[in-house]
Amino acid sequence: MEIKNKTYGDVLVLSPEGRIDHANSEDFRNSLVPFIDRCKSDCERMVLDLAGVDYISSAGLRCFMLAEKQAKSQGGTIVVAAMQPVVKEIFEISRFTLVFDTFATVREAIAKFSPAALKAYQA
Amino acid sequence: MLVRFWGTRGSIPVALTSSDIRRKVETALSMAIAKGVDSPDKVRSFIDNDLDFSIAQTYGGQSPCVEIETGRAEYLVCDMGSGARAFGGRIMAAQKSDPIVVNVLMSHVHWDHIMGFPFFTPAYVPGARIRIFGCHDVIEKAFRLQQSAPCFPVDFSRLSADIEFVKLEAGKTVDIAGYQVTPKLQRHTGDSYGYRFERDGKAIVYSTDSEHKLEDPAETEEFVAFFRNADLVIFDAMYSLLDAVSVKEDWGHSSNMVGVELAQLANVKHLCMFHHEPAFNDERIQSVLNETIRFEQLTRGDRALIVSAAFDGMEIEV
Repeated sequence: MEIKNKTYGDVLVLSPEGRIDHANSEDFRNSLVPFIDRCKSDCERMVLDLAGVDYISSAGLRCFMLAEKQAKSQGGTIVVAAMQPVVKEIFEISRFTLVFDTFATVREAIAKFSPAALKAYQA
Repeated sequence: MLVRFWGTRGSIPVALTSSDIRRKVETALSMAIAKGVDSPDKVRSFIDNDLDFSIAQTYGGQSPCVEIETGRAEYLVCDMGSGARAFGGRIMAAQKSDPIVVNVLMSHVHWDHIMGFPFFTPAYVPGARIRIFGCHDVIEKAFRLQQSAPCFPVDFSRLSADIEFVKLEAGKTVDIAGYQVTPKLQRHTGDSYGYRFERDGKAIVYSTDSEHKLEDPAETEEFVAFFRNADLVIFDAMYSLLDAVSVKEDWGHSSNMVGVELAQLANVKHLCMFHHEPAFNDERIQSVLNETIRFEQLTRGDRALIVSAAFDGMEIEV
């Protein structure tokens, strides 16, 4: 699965699209791994931009959890932004909101990390 | 085919405390005052129509024991958790001149699933016949062990009923009390087994103490086949998805969301959440149920799935 990605200063924004379910969750996870390897305290912070994701299943959410575990062990941080209403509700029902900071927009998420990244995003 | 729940709580039995009851009464009375309830008829209507289940009643706290009516002069029950005590009382109260015959299907022998047997009155009745079915080699050992000194005053050998242990094999269908029963191996410490009961074109699945590894599509497909077109699936929904894939991973239980997903994939008619977390009060279980119903609505395909949360005393007609 190809994941669109763009770097703004020290923030990497990943923008998966479509459904993430039991049929493609392992593809999604494999696509995610190289990016997570870069998510460290002295390197990039990460925003998962879910504006293009219209459904996520338990298997997809599990990939988020694995990514968060790895990033955390490396000193990195992952946040989630721009969820569609259905995905947002699923996220809340799953209780993943207890682990991930969530933001209404990618801009708000980037602003949390650094003024330099926000400046790059707005440029 | 009637399913009757005698115990629905996981891990350890729990009971409401006096403060729990007081809080329910206070909430109900406050709501009644606000609604102008001032007659016995209005009281009944208010309880039935205005109060949440979590205020008017309770999910109960007995550990797993689920009866499936057979329509015959014999009983069929899954697991012997603490709910088995009341189930035994019901058998004794209903018994006439015929000898008691009880068929027990054991998911596994963890304590919460066997602890009711020493209090199961038919086990003490001469002439009663109790057949205990299961796939583990250690079932008889576990039943005898829990009734050995110094853990219990009455040794298993002093039980007067005719008690027989019958080994089953996963995937091999057998006829028990008029049902075609198929066991399935499940992921749980020491293994557990789910059971699919089929009769007259209807199917009930009892699948508790079962963890589902989401990264394994083959395992998912196995369970979809096991649940396929079932009229009722009784499902271990002890955890939230977050807990199931993080701090409680490999603890051997599943989540409400995975239950809905598997049931939808398998075209199940009714998903009944079971093996409730003992730390949850009635309001929390009600809240999980409401969220699960919402999740089903969000993810629904062509057919709606009925979602419920089991409670002690609940009956489901299939």
